[in-house]
Amino acid sequence: MSAAPGVAQAPVAGAASRRGAAAWITLGAPLAAVTLALGVGAVFILAIGEHPLEIYALMLRESLGTGYGIGQTLFKATPLMFTGLAVALGFRAGLFNIGVEGQLYLGGFAAALAGIAMSGAPAFLLLPAALAAAALAGGVWGAIPGVLKARFGAHEVINTIMLNFIAVAMVSYAGHSLFEHATVRTAEIAPAAALPRLDILWPALRGSPANFSLLVAGILAVAVGVLLFRTRLGYELRAVGLNAPAAEYGGVSIGRTQVVAMTLSGAVAGLGGVNFVLGYKHWFELGFSGGSGYLGIAVALLGRNHPVGVLIAALFFGALSYGGLVINQRVPRELVEVLQALVILLTIGAQQVFERIARKHG
Amino acid sequence: MSPLLLFIAATLRISVPYTFAAVGASLSERGGVINIGLEGMMLNGALAYTLGAYASGDPWIGLACAVLAGTLTALVHAGVTIGLGADQITSGLGINLLALGLTKFVLLQVFHSSSNSSRVVGLPDLPLAGIEHLPALGPVLAQPMVLLAVLLTLGAQWLMFRSVFGLRLRVMGERPEAGAALGLSVVWYRTRGVLLSGAMAGLAGAWLASEQHSFTDGMTGGRGYIAIAAMIVGKWSPLGAAAACLLFGAAEAMQITLQGSAFPNELLQMLPYLVTMLALAGFIGRAVAPRAIGVPYDPEHHA
Amino acid sequence: MAQPAASLRGITRRFGSLVANRNVSLEIACGEIHALVGENGAGKTTLMRVLYGLLQPDAGTIEVDGRPVRIPDPAAAMKLGLGMVHQHFLLVDTLTVAENVTLGREPHGALSGYRREQAEREVAKLAERYRLPVEPASPVSRLSVGAQQRVEILKALYHGARVLILDEPTAVLTPQEVDELFAVLRALQAQGVTIVLITHKLAEVKAIADRVTVMRAGEVVGGGAISELSIERIAELMVGRPIPPLAPRATRDAAIPLLEVRDLAVRDSRGLPAVRGVTFHVGAGEIVGIAGVEGNGQHQLIECLAGLHAPDRGTIRIASRAVSGRSAREHFEAGLAHIPSDRLHRGLVPPMTLAENLVLGLHRLPELGPGPMLIPSRLARRATRLLGEYDVRPPDPAARAGALSGGNQQKLIAARELTRGAQVLLAAHPTRGVDLGAVAFIHGRLLAERDAGRAVLLVSSELSEILALSDRVFVMYEGRLVHETLPSRTDERVLGLYMTGRADAGAHA
Repeated sequence: MSAAPGVAQAPVAGAASRRGAAAWITLGAPLAAVTLALGVGAVFILAIGEHPLEIYALMLRESLGTGYGIGQTLFKATPLMFTGLAVALGFRAGLFNIGVEGQLYLGGFAAALAGIAMSGAPAFLLLPAALAAAALAGGVWGAIPGVLKARFGAHEVINTIMLNFIAVAMVSYAGHSLFEHATVRTAEIAPAAALPRLDILWPALRGSPANFSLLVAGILAVAVGVLLFRTRLGYELRAVGLNAPAAEYGGVSIGRTQVVAMTLSGAVAGLGGVNFVLGYKHWFELGFSGGSGYLGIAVALLGRNHPVGVLIAALFFGALSYGGLVINQRVPRELVEVLQALVILLTIGAQQVFERIARKHG
Repeated sequence: MSPLLLFIAATLRISVPYTFAAVGASLSERGGVINIGLEGMMLNGALAYTLGAYASGDPWIGLACAVLAGTLTALVHAGVTIGLGADQITSGLGINLLALGLTKFVLLQVFHSSSNSSRVVGLPDLPLAGIEHLPALGPVLAQPMVLLAVLLTLGAQWLMFRSVFGLRLRVMGERPEAGAALGLSVVWYRTRGVLLSGAMAGLAGAWLASEQHSFTDGMTGGRGYIAIAAMIVGKWSPLGAAAACLLFGAAEAMQITLQGSAFPNELLQMLPYLVTMLALAGFIGRAVAPRAIGVPYDPEHHA
Repeated sequence: MAQPAASLRGITRRFGSLVANRNVSLEIACGEIHALVGENGAGKTTLMRVLYGLLQPDAGTIEVDGRPVRIPDPAAAMKLGLGMVHQHFLLVDTLTVAENVTLGREPHGALSGYRREQAEREVAKLAERYRLPVEPASPVSRLSVGAQQRVEILKALYHGARVLILDEPTAVLTPQEVDELFAVLRALQAQGVTIVLITHKLAEVKAIADRVTVMRAGEVVGGGAISELSIERIAELMVGRPIPPLAPRATRDAAIPLLEVRDLAVRDSRGLPAVRGVTFHVGAGEIVGIAGVEGNGQHQLIECLAGLHAPDRGTIRIASRAVSGRSAREHFEAGLAHIPSDRLHRGLVPPMTLAENLVLGLHRLPELGPGPMLIPSRLARRATRLLGEYDVRPPDPAARAGALSGGNQQKLIAARELTRGAQVLLAAHPTRGVDLGAVAFIHGRLLAERDAGRAVLLVSSELSEILALSDRVFVMYEGRLVHETLPSRTDERVLGLYMTGRADAGAHA
């Protein structure tokens, strides 16, 4: 497949001519999508004989109304911040990194291995080493499709999907010798490699698994923002994503930029694995990623590939996730999965509708 | 019974759902629409088979429901990508997530379990001239779905390369504006390609549920993605896709054959993925996609 | 004369705030060859797309064979006997000639199976009838451009066209192919086909057309029988004022060569030789013009000189630095500036802001930020200055480049390229598709660059531009520089002969 992903690129001819219109699309489309998705969700809730507003209010109250709920929401949102940023970084360079799931998975695995293998090391070395291992593993896993794209023109979408499966198989294979007997998890990491819980800073979150990974995500969001909009590399990355031939004309190596973008994207995704491994369970277990890579695509989409947007979108999805657990007594939490998927479909749909309107009145 | 025959039988059995889905995908993608949403279409098809067979006790009604469900799911994909012109890959991923959540939601409402349905009937054998008595292969060849997979592969190959519809469909995947300039509807041809793909993915799902006599959550287990890969390795042609499905099926059958031996299963598991990556990089004959694939058709822009 | 084959009355069509056609009326007589001429952007193609059902008019009526009609889509146009050959051929490379021609009205069997052999027979028969030599079973990807055009014409005829609209049909043809095309058009006319020719090449209009209609800025500004109009008069109507006399120019002595090209050969994207060994230099304080029909290797030459395409053989030196085969970045760093021919494809990143576009290729400049950083306020400050200086409108650094008019986009590129302090400037079709004000502005800037001692290589298919600006002129034909002369010693007619390969090239090369 040789086509570039359309998501990252505003259509050249149809680009909204006025900035007002552009802002309207930027904010309007995601908001419309979320509203519509909640509307469809309400139909589901009604169908099983519950009251939609009550259910939504319950979700809101439980996920954002208490310290513990906020902690849970933050914990659920954290990996999505990483994966959302990773996907956004790829999109900005015109690349569709569907491999964040596998990159995050390997990142978590590598962090656990480092945390176990180096257990004798002092704390000030061990934690950074575990984080670096996560970034490195994800980065390598992202670099592979980047190189294949740059060297052979192989479409990154299929390759990243394949690499997700390969990552799962690889880890399972490695697990034969690494996992604790009769389990699907590794041993515990050295305590010095663990990321502390957030409640040591913010006691109200007590009991929730929110941890310092959130701060790492925040720092990364700032870093990604600076990279994209305040550095020469970010400029090259965006130019390649928006009009590769023009970037080439400007002396930018398209292939090199694509490899760099995929590597960075993979590294960010890989770091996302530490939320569970270093911050929560303190071990790696099979299938821990649980689709947060794929949800990262939704987060990037809803957040318009902007770090601030990604953080907000991740919080929204995190609140939904936790809210789903809370309402499970009355409405199956699978409703939340439906809502998340609807948000994806409706966001890309609404974007098109808004752009058409803008074009007609532009 | 000879281990080789058992291996062939297992390969055929495993290849059936891949073949339906991959052959269907070639129809969608040759028309210019990437169909990453196969997984979701299969999953909805599997659930629909289970519900249809459960409600009626008739596996054929289940099969019809599966085809309908796959087609309707494809209609969503067509609406979002062809109707609105949104990104095809994102839409496909959205559909996969939607099907995953939706099937569990329905499962819970109907069977009061988020993981398993009740047991339902499977599709009956079709004993043609005593074929079912063949050693090892008999039980597989007597499955009507095996025959159907062969017929549909050949039919799709004819449709794509020997029929007027196929000619026009390929135009929509290569140069849609050329078709539009002659008064052919890009939307209508592409939509039919996507719907056919959805119907065949529905069949794939029905086979899975019928084999297992039940629905379990996420039971497609990534088979939709493998089908896409097979279609790419098969260079976007139905026959090629089916051949790649047999190859991938053989790799899976080998895992079963070698189970318990020292050979690591996971390496065989990776084989289809590695083959696909090599094919994409041009090491196994260049896999060249239809030129206009993934590009929404915008008459104002192309006119 | 009998009733017209087609007539358009009071057609208006807008694109957003742009009025592409304003109250346009046009009558096409049966059996004539009617030339529709005008500058790029005058609205010719829009008008014909309205007639062919590809665009809907905002106002106005259409009659075909004397009956008022509505043409909602091309299918309806075809039913009415209209056919159109687009500038960019609408052919499917992977299909055969017969498949392309019969598409949409395929011979088929009971089960809707495509009858390949019957299709090939029918196409062969049609080709013979209209004397259009093609091989029906050949894949289109193997055909020359001229042969592809014949397939397009055949396709229109197969679908029953009695009125054939050709959009800039000669832009991509070699001179021989142009002659062949005109022979075909005359043969079609003899068989009763009416032909509408969209073009801006006036010599061709004179050679083939019976009647002409001139458009300017979306309106019809004149026309009539070709026998009653001179080329000069048509040209005046097209640009709206008498053609300006050539700018006076001081003759100069040859100076230090800043751009040296030796035996350069380049292949095109299909791997065919496009530039076949050219040698020339451009000195400081000199504009060297390369004239030629588009598609004779100029594009590959420029892309290669800019480092965007590796040469097959040969050397390029920019300010004495050998750069052939190096990256675009190294070309820039050696002292090159480049106004590319396709501004939206190469020259700009349309969704980016003007400020961002003004640093494309300059984004590594140390003054834009410390180390790896690029400081937006510095970009904006720089943009404010340059936008004013080069009169880009709107002068808003935060506006998107894609939202500017063609002329302002070109000025934006000029602002960037002419201020990078380069010794050598490549200017490819610098005024294509821009309004007249911007043309004058850009011409003035190119002359100023020359006077400041830079070496300017100008590639253009507009001979008037080449003659008005150049100190020396080359003609490029089939990948070679076949003629070198001084503007004072030549004229458009002579250059035209070389450009079309009809002059004796051997004696001058």
